[in-house]
Amino acid sequence: MTKYLLRRVLISIPVLAGISLVLFTILALAPGDPFEELATNPNVPPEVRMNLRAQFGLDDPIAIRYLRWFTSMMKGDWGFSFVSRVNVDRLILQRLPTTILVIGSAQLLGLLIAIPIGVYSATRPYSFFDQVATTCAFLGFSLPTFFTGLLFILFFSIYLDWLPFIYRADISASGWRWWWEHIRQAIMPVAVLGLFQASSMTRFMRSAVLDVIQLDYVRTARAKGLAERVTIARHVVRNALIPVVTLVALQVPTIFAGALITEQIFRVPGIGSLLISSILANDTPVIMAITFVFSGLVVLFNLIADILYGWLDPRISYR
Amino acid sequence: MDEYGLKELITHVKAGRLSRRGFVQMMVGLGLTAPMAAQMLASAGVAQAQSKLVYKPTKRGGGGALKTLWWQGATLLNPYFAVGTKDQDGSRIFYEPLASWDPDGNLSAVLAAEVPTAQNGGLSKDGKTIVWKLKKDVQWHDGKPFTADDVVFNWEYAADPATAAYCIATYKDIKVEKIDALSVRVTLAKPTPFWADAFVGVRGMLIPKHVFGAFKGDKSREAPGNLKPVGTGPYRFVDFKPGDIVRGELNPSYHLPNRPFFDSIEMKGGGDANSAARAVMQTGEYDFAWNLEVEDENLKRMEQGGKGKADIVPGGNIEHIQLNNTDPWKEVDGERASLKTTHPVLSDPAVRQALNLLVDRASVQEQIYGRTGIATANFLNQPSRFASKSTKWEFNVDKANQILEAAGWKKGADGLRAKDGKKLKFVYQTSINAPRQKTQAIVKQAAAKAGIEMELKSVTASVYFSSDVANADTYSHFYTDIQMYTTTMTQPDPEQFMRQFLTEEVASKDNKWQGRNITRWRNEEFDKLHKASESELDPVKRAAMFIKMNELVIQNVVVIPVVFRPRVAAVANTLRMEQSGWDSDFWSVQNWYREG
Repeated sequence: MTKYLLRRVLISIPVLAGISLVLFTILALAPGDPFEELATNPNVPPEVRMNLRAQFGLDDPIAIRYLRWFTSMMKGDWGFSFVSRVNVDRLILQRLPTTILVIGSAQLLGLLIAIPIGVYSATRPYSFFDQVATTCAFLGFSLPTFFTGLLFILFFSIYLDWLPFIYRADISASGWRWWWEHIRQAIMPVAVLGLFQASSMTRFMRSAVLDVIQLDYVRTARAKGLAERVTIARHVVRNALIPVVTLVALQVPTIFAGALITEQIFRVPGIGSLLISSILANDTPVIMAITFVFSGLVVLFNLIADILYGWLDPRISYR
Repeated sequence: MDEYGLKELITHVKAGRLSRRGFVQMMVGLGLTAPMAAQMLASAGVAQAQSKLVYKPTKRGGGGALKTLWWQGATLLNPYFAVGTKDQDGSRIFYEPLASWDPDGNLSAVLAAEVPTAQNGGLSKDGKTIVWKLKKDVQWHDGKPFTADDVVFNWEYAADPATAAYCIATYKDIKVEKIDALSVRVTLAKPTPFWADAFVGVRGMLIPKHVFGAFKGDKSREAPGNLKPVGTGPYRFVDFKPGDIVRGELNPSYHLPNRPFFDSIEMKGGGDANSAARAVMQTGEYDFAWNLEVEDENLKRMEQGGKGKADIVPGGNIEHIQLNNTDPWKEVDGERASLKTTHPVLSDPAVRQALNLLVDRASVQEQIYGRTGIATANFLNQPSRFASKSTKWEFNVDKANQILEAAGWKKGADGLRAKDGKKLKFVYQTSINAPRQKTQAIVKQAAAKAGIEMELKSVTASVYFSSDVANADTYSHFYTDIQMYTTTMTQPDPEQFMRQFLTEEVASKDNKWQGRNITRWRNEEFDKLHKASESELDPVKRAAMFIKMNELVIQNVVVIPVVFRPRVAAVANTLRMEQSGWDSDFWSVQNWYREG
């Protein structure tokens, strides 16, 4: 097991280095310039832009820029944003709490909806409840979040005027009002993301349970005279959760990356919106940092998922 | 209109036969900026008009929260790095200049005790020195007094090339000396007619010496003040998250009585223009939304929400069509559209005139832009109902046909006009943007009726407006016959703006397409006029020069102005404020208040 772990960790180092090299090269080759605004503004002399480019080392060859980025990243220096001239780690840390709060609760909401509905559907396949749940699930994942988001805004904010559609990370209230305001503004983005997540997860959960529920040991458990509730909870769900756990583990990195479109619609100041605005502004250090951390997390959680798999299902062994 | 005509008009204003505002509008119709017109009046001794907004609150504070929405959040709060308007606006909450531009183009004193004029001895006769008297008892947010040392420091800071201030051009050739604790003398390198640049408007926001003193030049990026502004403005800094939110609270020691009205201010960023307009006009969640690039139809629908309205003020943005003077299809010394070539077809004035007649500006305004794009014939700034007699636009396919016919462009079997084997076929490029593609279609349709074929090309904005030397699709390469985009005039004075027609500014491989003259038009008369305007001190004579320059550009059809784009903001019905097309949206944020 230790040997396996060590091998996996060692393999991931060249993988990450490769990813960073590809990301960096693509960004360097892409058209655009972080100082575009300086170039198109007729009142700014071109020397200002040249000076900044030289100061920030943008005129050096790609290979040198990459090495410089890589070595400072190794030292824990993530560089600074060309646009706001703030250190990148600081920018990301500012956005992290909101991202985790919104995306995390959306994932949680998704699971809370998906598991009970999926299990109940599978225990009574093709019943009325199952048909309704299936229809809703298909509807849910075929509607893109930008559409449901706008629909929610039109209905709850404009027509009913119940909920605000602009998310503010810092609310200048205290005590109960602070909580109330936060919950009120989070309802729509969390619901949009959570429901989307729930609809695909429901299908997944349902088929996992259906697979398990026909197995012999479930029949044995029933024959033993165990209550249906206990059979489902102890014997069926536990085993059916194995693939779901992997799926959830693989989705944890997306909590960090945020939700690009939904964040844009509700103006949630998360990492997704930071990424989008950095891409639009050609702010290479920020794009690099976010994508690199994201790929690091993907690699890490893949490993965690593999290990969890073995822990949940002892038949799988590691060599 | 020449110098004498202008002088006569000014005497009419002095005698009260013509209103001040009428004069300004007439000048604007001639293609001048409102600040230039105001300057002419000031030099003739006509009193400055008062601002329209009357400030009613009788005590400081108590107004609750002011919530504003910018669909692009401020990314930095150091006014010297603030290239984008979002950053300038964010900085303007905390920092103030010596004087600001009001909607009519007048200077209004902010941190100056008075606006320098020749009458009060602030301006020297030779046009080379300006004496600014600073306001007494102004404090920075941390309680330290604001003095002449701060002003001198700002000049040193901005003029240092290592600081890389975007407005270095304003500061690098001037000298600033302290006379006493509350006055400074600005010495210009040469007699400059438009002196109100340094320390004025968005380029003039002042930062404190005691905070930024140690972070001049190379170290400018490390200043803690970049993220925690300490200014003199009506609101003190509370919190800043780049790209997301700027928050401020009432400054209890603000230098104007009873101001500000609001207890706190918030500038939220992100999202898109449409929903920003909605948050103000339909749901009333916010009080003000900036720069609404929203179709007029949508704006009108949202205004029915009853919580706010669209506030439209003239500014200096022109959507225009450029005609290439060089041949974009022939490569000479490794570059196309080289100065060594001339355009085979567009060099014929008749073709240019015909094209000018084929742009249906009325339809463009009516069908696409509505109130947010007004048809114009002038390149230099916005027109009005007093449009100039000498530059007039017309849409007339028949006349275009006649002109082409007379010039020998005959229709061939394919319906295209040709002469000497050269066909009237053009490639017409612009950036990808729905209104632009619609405009392209309108022009193409009209051109077809005159026997001209237009091949439409659209380039992604991020490529088109980039300064990538290697990419041939940028607007500054201009490797097509015709192109269209919006040019912005960020300064109240057109001198810089008109540089884009100077011979010395031609964009070419030699200057890595950094030159401003994209059309590669060369005209000796224009160059001479511009040179003369740089040192002409009589504002009236100078104005006449700019009117002439504008006429040259229009009469030679160097560019075809399409619509001018005013500034559009959404304002809550209860909010009392005033936008200025010549300064930051927050130019008078200290005077904003709520009523009803």
